Amino acid sequence: MTTASSAGWHRSRRALPGLPLTLGITLTYLSLLVLIPLAGLFFRASGLGLSGLWATLTSQRVLHALQLSFGGALVAAALDAVFGAIVAWTLVRYEFPGRRILHSMIDLPFALPTAVAGIALTALYAPNGWLGAPLAKLGINVAYTPIGVILAMTFISLPFAVRTLEPVLADLSKQYEEAAATLGASRLQTVARVVFPAVLPALLTGTALAFARAVGEYGSIIFIAGNLPNVSEIAPLLIMIRLEEFDYAGATAIACAMLVLSFFILLAINALQAWNRRMASA
Amino acid sequence: MEPTDGQRMSIIVDRSAGSATTERAPVRWLLIAITIAFLSLFLLLPLLEVFVQAFSEGVKVYFAALSDKEALSAIRLTLITAAFAVFFNTIFGICAAWAITNFQFRGKNLLITLIDLPFSVSPVIAGLVFLLLLGSRSPLGSWLSEHGLKIMFATPGLVIATIFVTLPFVARELIPLMQAQGTSEEQAAATLGASGWRTFWHVTLPNIRWGLLYGILLCNARAMGEFGAVSVVSGHIRGMSNTMPLQVEILYNDYHFAAAFAIASLLAFLSFLTLGARSLLERKHGDELAGTRGMA
Repeated sequence: MTTASSAGWHRSRRALPGLPLTLGITLTYLSLLVLIPLAGLFFRASGLGLSGLWATLTSQRVLHALQLSFGGALVAAALDAVFGAIVAWTLVRYEFPGRRILHSMIDLPFALPTAVAGIALTALYAPNGWLGAPLAKLGINVAYTPIGVILAMTFISLPFAVRTLEPVLADLSKQYEEAAATLGASRLQTVARVVFPAVLPALLTGTALAFARAVGEYGSIIFIAGNLPNVSEIAPLLIMIRLEEFDYAGATAIACAMLVLSFFILLAINALQAWNRRMASA
Repeated sequence: MEPTDGQRMSIIVDRSAGSATTERAPVRWLLIAITIAFLSLFLLLPLLEVFVQAFSEGVKVYFAALSDKEALSAIRLTLITAAFAVFFNTIFGICAAWAITNFQFRGKNLLITLIDLPFSVSPVIAGLVFLLLLGSRSPLGSWLSEHGLKIMFATPGLVIATIFVTLPFVARELIPLMQAQGTSEEQAAATLGASGWRTFWHVTLPNIRWGLLYGILLCNARAMGEFGAVSVVSGHIRGMSNTMPLQVEILYNDYHFAAAFAIASLLAFLSFLTLGARSLLERKHGDELAGTRGMA
């Protein structure tokens, strides 16, 4: 954006061709694949009427599934924020053997198909698995419980937290930290009062992105969750079950509730990103 | 943690050595230990588990599972679906980036938000919207089936659902990249009389090729691994409309664990290649990518 002065924009509008073609393709593509299908979903839902929607959404099973998807995603995003911050800090600031390999492994949950992640986590944390057996001895059952749901959510959305934080940490000029140290601040004070406020917007954005991903996640969760109604059944799975029962209205109602809730999350993310940019340019 | 006066002095004196901007050695080692332990247990162990389980019943069973007729058909369908999704989303991504970065128009931010939208829609809901729109119970779906076009529970449905889920990848990589590069080179080409196509092929494309490859790589990885959306639209017809991730689920639920993990290992290997190619791109052409500027 550095070279795009307002005069440059004005000239470019006259000099460069292709706006009608490219914008036309873009809008047509988005309308056919995103806007019309999503509008169709809400149109279907409006056919149910408010009372129909309310009746579907307030059933015990649906409420619990929504609660687990959104509540679990919140816990998972918080865990991602904590571990993501430690991992990003270590990978950006320190040199140690294996750093480069670990750095490229961060994106594994993103690149690994969710079904593969799902069966691998289940095998690992099942009562007879490598990690599940020792945990079971401590009285902690991960697989087939809500803990398993949160674990899979944390796994799948970790890259969002780390990847949002890394570039901001790398760009952070060390001169402010030096100034703080020169003025007599301890290292802890410097990190808490100089570094933390500077990376907070990025940390929040990463956490919000992780949350959004975890809410809708399906493939990696259904294997480890055990899918007990009212215990470890997530909302996307309940949509799937309703579809298999040919209850399209029920599936549509749950989907709409999830989309409306996610829409407000998206608004929050956009506000955070705008704040992030303002902080970065200040 | 409050340093003594002596330490404070040495911090100030040793500023050039960098001690003012890093933690003391014990803290440093603790953080490194936590990072290595966390990533190994949390990320590497599940990956290792895939391969251990895949070979748990021997090499023979492993290769038998991969050369099974249904497995081969799943591999074929996955490749076809991903090829279509990557092709269409690449054309879309280039068009969207060209329109958004070279011109000023109203509603641009709304357009960018719309492009991002599929990322925040649950894959299951993505499958559901196309089932409602094109399924046999909808007006459009019944009209299509009257004309002999089968979309749901067939390959076209899988392709459409996959396109939706992977729609943002190429565009999201190209838009910030082309914004950062500016339009001066394109303007120079246009001023010298080059046509739009010529400008794109000879000026823009060479500038964005690595970013484009990066976006295609991510789009392809997600397309091949997509599960929730295709699960809704596939209808689980064996050997007919199963992609590799769906085949993994079917085998797993039938207690064919070794076979399920064998196909999973193929997918894991694929994501390995993606990550490898990705870090190679970041290392060699990091300054020509959007997200990695300023990274080590």
